[in-house]
Amino acid sequence: MGATQAHREEGATHPEKAHDADSRWETFPYWILILAGLVGYLGYLALFNEAYDVAWTRISGGIWLTLRITLWAFAISLSLGILLGLGRIAETDHNSVLPARVAATIGRNLSRTYIEFIRGVPILPLIFFLALVIIPDITDWLGVSRQTIDEFWRGVIALSIIYGAYIAEVIRGGVQSIPRGQMEAGRSVGLSRLQTMRSVILPQAMRAIIPPLGNDFIAILKDSSLLSVLAVADVTRLARQYSSGSFKFRESYVVLVFIYVSLVLVLSFLLTKLEERMTRDRKGER
Amino acid sequence: MIKVRGLHKQFGDVHAVRGVDMDVTAGEVVVIVGPSGCGKSTLLRCLNGLERATYGTVEVDGVDLSNRKTDIDAVRAETGMVFQQFNLVPHLTVEGNITLALRKVLGNDKKEAAAIAQVQLEKVGIPEKVDAYPRQLSGGQQQRVAIARSLAMNPKVMLFDEPTSALDPEMIKEVLDVMLALAEQGMTMVVVTHEMGFARAAADRLVFIDHGQIVEQGDPTEVFENPQEARTREFFDQIL
Ligand SMILES: Nc1ncnc2c1ncn2[C@@H]1O[C@H](COP(=O)(O)OP(=O)(O)O)[C@@H](O)[C@H]1O
Ligand SMILES: [Mg+2]
Repeated sequence: MGATQAHREEGATHPEKAHDADSRWETFPYWILILAGLVGYLGYLALFNEAYDVAWTRISGGIWLTLRITLWAFAISLSLGILLGLGRIAETDHNSVLPARVAATIGRNLSRTYIEFIRGVPILPLIFFLALVIIPDITDWLGVSRQTIDEFWRGVIALSIIYGAYIAEVIRGGVQSIPRGQMEAGRSVGLSRLQTMRSVILPQAMRAIIPPLGNDFIAILKDSSLLSVLAVADVTRLARQYSSGSFKFRESYVVLVFIYVSLVLVLSFLLTKLEERMTRDRKGER
Repeated sequence: MIKVRGLHKQFGDVHAVRGVDMDVTAGEVVVIVGPSGCGKSTLLRCLNGLERATYGTVEVDGVDLSNRKTDIDAVRAETGMVFQQFNLVPHLTVEGNITLALRKVLGNDKKEAAAIAQVQLEKVGIPEKVDAYPRQLSGGQQQRVAIARSLAMNPKVMLFDEPTSALDPEMIKEVLDVMLALAEQGMTMVVVTHEMGFARAAADRLVFIDHGQIVEQGDPTEVFENPQEARTREFFDQIL
């Protein structure tokens, strides 16, 4: 450690420009400036240009709904994804009791069926199928009115079922990225498979899981726009309604695009901060 | 302490262990050698149930591992295993690594477990590293922590799978010294290693394996200097 310190000071006092130093102008992140300019211009139109006033008032009223859909769908699909993801890789020991072996076998196969089916269909058709066929079937089967589950919840449930499958794969990938030796070490000191999963594997898998999970969160926000086909009054639906009534397509869609891009950029920023924090808090770790 | 009878292990087409009979008595130190891929790790892993025997039986301290009714976790808690790659848990400190099973398996409270960790760390000579994370330690130190982690469970048998093979040469000795001390204290040990110095100094018996079978075994110096089988001789010629 002392040696590294010495090298560092030596380097710092070296008079010449380092041979391996990049030129500042080449590495400067121009894209941030360009993006800020673009979003700034859209924001200027949407918020400060009188021609956009009505469009902004009409459409921005749906922001809260869009966010509520996103948060609910994320929470539900995360829970579902954890169950399915761990179910997909459920294993037992050769001397586990029979019920555990049966449960693991069923868990693996059901999860796999679910994941493969959902991932085999594009999102929009699935939303129609789930919200307009499956959910009404279930309410009918339960013998309750179809409106027990309103458009909002039909949409949220459909989106959750879909993203549950995507998040399951993220969870599985995270767990499988941990070297086998970790499970073996846990088992060798007498921890059970579940104990090792909880105390050894999952905490490490978290770090591999958080970035793709953040991507899915943002993807849910964007795909919540598809629920506009179900008469859910989110920003996309409001923009379509206003534009088709007033023929103010330019105003409507400038406002709409501005709303999505600023929400996504703010979320990405917060997620990056969260990731940084998670890495910093565990200073000793690899 | 350990009784292996007619042990076979197949991985699909690969027949890794082909009929091994082996007894290890309490306090005995057995060193296993053999060419890469001959089934040493597989044999060792069968001894604590990380692999399940295809045929044959493995008994540890009177408990039959191949029996479905056996509580394998309980057997493993009494059988220490040290891996080539250490396999410490990276997000836990040295103390966290050692106390995890003490608390979850043996039900020790935090203070008891910490005290045991301290004792074991002193045994392996790095008590000052108690709060370090694995990545802050050298390979030799990590392996010593891994040994302490196993010893903390007060095992009846310790299994070592090439514990020094992943280490830089200057760190091999510190790990072997810990193992030598352990052997002197009467621990029952089965060690896969190519460190012949360790085998001579500590082993009661040297077992040479090839193609999943025991080819020759006996007093280490005897086997080493005067091998009866051509394959054994060939092998020792190669590793020296
Ligand atoms: N989990 C496994 N799946 C398939 N083949 C394996 C597995 N573990 C070991 N083998 C094979 O069994 C043979 C013996 O391996 P191993 O016991 O690791 O040998 P050694 O430790 O003596 O080098 C090798 O051919 C290896 O490829
Ligand atoms: Mg091996």
